[in-house]
Amino acid sequence: MQVVDPSSSEERSDTISEAPSIQRSEEAKKLQKREAWSRRIPLLPALIFLIAVTQIPFILSIFYSLTEWTVNPPRDRTFEGFENYTFAFGDRFFREAAWVTAKMTFWSVVLSVIFGLGMAMLLDRKFRGVGFVRTLVLTPFLVMPIVASLVWKTQMFDASFGMINWFTGLLGAEPYEFVSKRPLWSIIGVLVWQWTPFMMLILLAGLQSQSTSVLEAARVDGATKWGIFRQITLPHLRNYIELCGLLGAIYLIQVFDHIIGLSGGVSSARNLPFFVYRTSIGGGWRFGEASAYSIIVVVITIIFATFGLRVLSGLLEGEDAA
Amino acid sequence: MSQSTDVADFGSNRFASALLTAFTYLLGIIFFFPVAWMVLNSFKTEDEASGSPVFFFEPTLDQFRLVTSDIAGRASFSEVYTNSFFVVLLSTAIVMILAIPAAFALSVRPIAKWRDVLFFFISTKFLPVVAGILPVYIIGRELDLLNTRWSLVIMYTALNLPLAVWMLRSFFQEVPGELIEAARIDGASLRSQLTSIVLPIVAPGLAATALLCFIFAWNEFFLSLQLNTSDAQTASVWVTGFQSQRENFIARLSAASTLAVLPVVIAGWIAQKRMIRGLAMGAIK
Repeated sequence: MQVVDPSSSEERSDTISEAPSIQRSEEAKKLQKREAWSRRIPLLPALIFLIAVTQIPFILSIFYSLTEWTVNPPRDRTFEGFENYTFAFGDRFFREAAWVTAKMTFWSVVLSVIFGLGMAMLLDRKFRGVGFVRTLVLTPFLVMPIVASLVWKTQMFDASFGMINWFTGLLGAEPYEFVSKRPLWSIIGVLVWQWTPFMMLILLAGLQSQSTSVLEAARVDGATKWGIFRQITLPHLRNYIELCGLLGAIYLIQVFDHIIGLSGGVSSARNLPFFVYRTSIGGGWRFGEASAYSIIVVVITIIFATFGLRVLSGLLEGEDAA
Repeated sequence: MSQSTDVADFGSNRFASALLTAFTYLLGIIFFFPVAWMVLNSFKTEDEASGSPVFFFEPTLDQFRLVTSDIAGRASFSEVYTNSFFVVLLSTAIVMILAIPAAFALSVRPIAKWRDVLFFFISTKFLPVVAGILPVYIIGRELDLLNTRWSLVIMYTALNLPLAVWMLRSFFQEVPGELIEAARIDGASLRSQLTSIVLPIVAPGLAATALLCFIFAWNEFFLSLQLNTSDAQTASVWVTGFQSQRENFIARLSAASTLAVLPVVIAGWIAQKRMIRGLAMGAIK
């Protein structure tokens, strides 16, 4: 995309300063308008780019969703109104995928925030090698998701070669096919492994931004550790925890790599994005139907996103006062 | 709360403190173990990697030789690495070029409805990529962008732009308003306000943001798989080619995986302190 031409705004400010001061009120209005535009211009390239890349496909999807369009076997595209939508709502597999999405997102976000908080508190202490341990914990977040999934599948969960079964075997347990018996929880497990470090980073920053004098005062006043945690630390962390939840939900609602890497997309463990993919270019080739699904997914997401944005609103509130 | 006194004194006790430290180390090792095991397996033979776990063995570079050798019908390692670096670095650079002025317009000299615009940016992040893949695929085909690096450069830019604007805006918020006001009164243009005053202050934040974009773009798999499987393959798709139905593949998959994650892991390790600060500052205020 084009980059803002910086000279244009400079030129403008020159003309403004040279303007005669007689027609003041009119000039002032013009000035205000120009000022408003000079503020907007830096925003435009990013905005236009994002609108083009995200909204055009969306509008095309709406159009596709109103058509009967199957590529394999090839057939002509015909307009058929809302038929795809009525079909979608009656589809049992679609509802199943919606329920899986809810469970997968909820549990992976909640568990990684809880583990992340625990880990952050352990790493907020002073001890020898704290930086080293933090590095160890951080690493799963940096690992490519598709690699993480394949490594967990073949080297951790696997019944014959997996390290978990080797370890439980030492304790006398029978080998267990984690991925085929519990596909959803295997996926959640790897997601939590990868996202706990991310939550830990945010929460650790939150913990370290606590004012030590307040904590000291509470301690002098005889507050217990639990009391300090509940009444000072947790309220302080509230914004950080909300941010964790928001960012986690944004990324985890559209998990794809872990599903295809671990379970290959069995119906008990595929989320809506994966389901849409399977209906369209991932093997179904029913483009009209798939587009209707994706529009429904987008609408559902927007409803949830509104809640998310309310959280965001709360995060921004403090700034207005300042 | 009287019951919790024992728990409360836990940390102050020296022995207990050492125990807590040991526990933290243990958790760190558990967290790191799958990565360590992957790296370990990449230095084994296939026989050693498949079967009951071997902890001591004679390390071999055979698997690395195998995955980096040129075989007809498979993208070569050097090509894949070049593609990945090209796509990731270029998209991250474009993200920063677009996001810096945008974040400026949303914080330092905010436009009238900055909040709505910020919400729009974030809300595009909520749209599942998969839901838009079909039109993207079709447009890409029309424009002859499929199986080129450019399709991914464009998509990764769109993918990371909202996050970058969001983080950078918060960094810009930290810049004292008086400084900018003073420069404005002195007649500094918008551009020179940005380059001479704001950017130096937010430099650490820029680095953290760029790093996060780098991580997400390098690790992206879905779009790369859909738009770009043959000619301009990136590392994430390349890795999946080392699975096999017929023979043991754990050692060579591990070697390929190790190579694929290396750049991001090393960058993340080096920049972790900056990233913590960046996430926190970029996160709240």
